[in-house]
Amino acid sequence: MARAAVLGRLSWRVAGLAAVRDETPTARTLVLAVPGWPGHLPGQHVDVRLTAADGYSAQRSYSIASAGGRNGPEPSLELTVQRLADGEVSPYLTQVLSVGDPLELRGPIGGWFVWEPADDQPVLLVAGGSGIVPLMAMIRARAAAGRRQPFRLIYSVRDPGTALYAAELAEQEKAGDGLTVSYIYTRAAPAGSGLPTGRISGRVIAAAGFPAARAPAVFVCGPTGFVEAAADLLIDAGHDPRAIKTERFGPSGGQS
Amino acid sequence: MSNHLDGNMLAGVLGELFAVDVTTAVGRCASCGTSAVIAQAHVYPGGPGLVARCPVCAEVVLRLVRGPDRAWLDLRGVTCLQLAVPPA
Repeated sequence: MARAAVLGRLSWRVAGLAAVRDETPTARTLVLAVPGWPGHLPGQHVDVRLTAADGYSAQRSYSIASAGGRNGPEPSLELTVQRLADGEVSPYLTQVLSVGDPLELRGPIGGWFVWEPADDQPVLLVAGGSGIVPLMAMIRARAAAGRRQPFRLIYSVRDPGTALYAAELAEQEKAGDGLTVSYIYTRAAPAGSGLPTGRISGRVIAAAGFPAARAPAVFVCGPTGFVEAAADLLIDAGHDPRAIKTERFGPSGGQS
Repeated sequence: MSNHLDGNMLAGVLGELFAVDVTTAVGRCASCGTSAVIAQAHVYPGGPGLVARCPVCAEVVLRLVRGPDRAWLDLRGVTCLQLAVPPA
């Protein structure tokens, strides 16, 4: 038992950057090769640690973007990092780290904010900004597993240019296998669309979500204020608070 | 007081210490008696350590300081932790 316990603990490992994909002018996906990566569940995250030559080290958590099935020889590990202008870690990861460079990380982490592809209930995903990342892992895992649970995504972005994975989401929605995607534009809607701008509201949740009676599993991820607002609106709409899982991120300790 | 994160973010640092994922455990708040998943605690990371508060009464349930070569874990705000384990 003691041996199993020791083996079960989390330790740091060294990944290599295999490829990069720019998602928006300020967000980059890092495709990492991690020897011995055990695979992960959609919704989990990793901790990334940077260490300077003088020993100073900074650590951040990043949600995993890839589906991460445990099938196949080497499950992929992809992180999408949003660059923050005043960030300490994200500018390095998005502008300096190059293909072939090593990156120290540990994971997969977190057993609660996860979606099990075997679950049959409908799923409502509510994303604010880069809070889409762990929810995208769920959407990708569903597609990879060939599952058809009804999935509805409500995605709040500042403007169309900041939306991550827009083409992939549109393609999956068009495939017509039960995923719907609804955007909320807080600053600017697509030019010429005539769509309004606004914030997440009870009206949006009623129109783009599920009725509470269908008892969906609900995952909400975004900045703290967004998550608070969305969770309150969902509870007002009659959703069971126990069915609502939230993940907030912020400037310190979270994604930055 | 609203600039907090979730208990989810404790999973990494607690995973260094424990073989089970403590963030999926249900903890009972010593102050108000609420039972909640640790992942849903409100975590304030701004200080020298991490402070997790009860999502209902906001009392401190857990404090964790990670030094270079040791960690301090204060669980006095939790009267009971219920953990899922493999069948005996």
